[in-house]
Amino acid sequence: MSFIDYYKVLEIPKTASEKDIKKAYRKLARKHHPDVNTNDENAKLKFQQINEANEVLSDPEKRKKYDKYGKDWEHGEAYEKARQQQQQQYQYSGGGQQFSGSGGSYSEGDFSDFFESMFGGARQSSGRSQQKYRGQDINATLQLNLTDVLKAQKQTLTVNGKKIRLTIPAGVENNQTIKIKNHGGKGVNGGPNGDLYITFHIINNTKFKRGGKNLYIIVELDLYTAILGGDKTIDTLNGKVKLKIKPETQNNTKVKVKGKGFPVYKKADEYGDLYITYHIKMPTNLTSKEKELFNELSKLR
Amino acid sequence: MNTKDLIPIEQFCKIYEIEFSFISSLNDFGLIELIYIDKDEFIELEKIQEVERIIRLHNELGVNLEGIDIITNLIEKIDNLQKRLHSVQNQLDIYKD
Repeated sequence: MSFIDYYKVLEIPKTASEKDIKKAYRKLARKHHPDVNTNDENAKLKFQQINEANEVLSDPEKRKKYDKYGKDWEHGEAYEKARQQQQQQYQYSGGGQQFSGSGGSYSEGDFSDFFESMFGGARQSSGRSQQKYRGQDINATLQLNLTDVLKAQKQTLTVNGKKIRLTIPAGVENNQTIKIKNHGGKGVNGGPNGDLYITFHIINNTKFKRGGKNLYIIVELDLYTAILGGDKTIDTLNGKVKLKIKPETQNNTKVKVKGKGFPVYKKADEYGDLYITYHIKMPTNLTSKEKELFNELSKLR
Repeated sequence: MNTKDLIPIEQFCKIYEIEFSFISSLNDFGLIELIYIDKDEFIELEKIQEVERIIRLHNELGVNLEGIDIITNLIEKIDNLQKRLHSVQNQLDIYKD
């Protein structure tokens, strides 16, 4: 746990008056308020920090205590106490695989360990209203391999200790967010539950490049197949495909293989296309016989 | 519309500790849409998230209704731009080595 410079957080000098603090807090709150920074986890964190700084500095007693002990933090009694507390702290154990959830819970007033050890348990930040009826929305990220989203698949996730079964549709895009209604935090006073928002981070674990529903790949051709034509079998994400190479195929020729791309999101059995770019590989280490024949060929032109 | 998907305004105001006049002006501004059944007024449960956001902007940041309308429109624009940016970024992946 490290010392937090609340003055720095509010961008004010240590000599700031109560009025200065209020002004600085309000200005930063307008800038970093989660409702004007949607989908921005950094803003949420920043907002928590300025709320915490305001909680301490706008309260004369807390400010006095902070000014007195704050600077000797690493040496003082308070540090020892805090260290012991930290050891007893609850360890967060994540739920499902590669799954990290965070409550959309900036209003829970999660204060830092530093704050808690100096002023006691976390308290509701004064800057936010409490949950009154509808449950909190929860934002989470889920990391999947590209091959995992080739087919719709059922997954069980653990979010905030609750098991949720959901079907992830095929063709989900990288950074796409899907909303799962009613699977957020529980409502209070008979209110509806919040929603769960899952953002997918898709790792491409294939040799193909993905651009939306289409896939792209470079296929190497030897000089002779390119000139004379022939067949070439390649692997796609759904089975092998036999390509007919036309005679006199030029370098960088692009061909489209219909329906061998990626599944289209929420459109069952619809697939994008596979775009192939041919790269012609020149022969090297020619034998004298080969050189002779190339010479002969060049004279024919 | 099924009344189980609605909350009476009176109850809503009580829970959120707000004046009816506030909800009424949100309706007048077109920021929310009230549902009328016989003589009773309701808010759709679906829209509560939105109303909560408006209340927070109003109470925590002191934004007036004109400001809230502007913020709402700008955020919608940003969301759409963000979606397009992600889609363009994903398209650009094909040029990455």
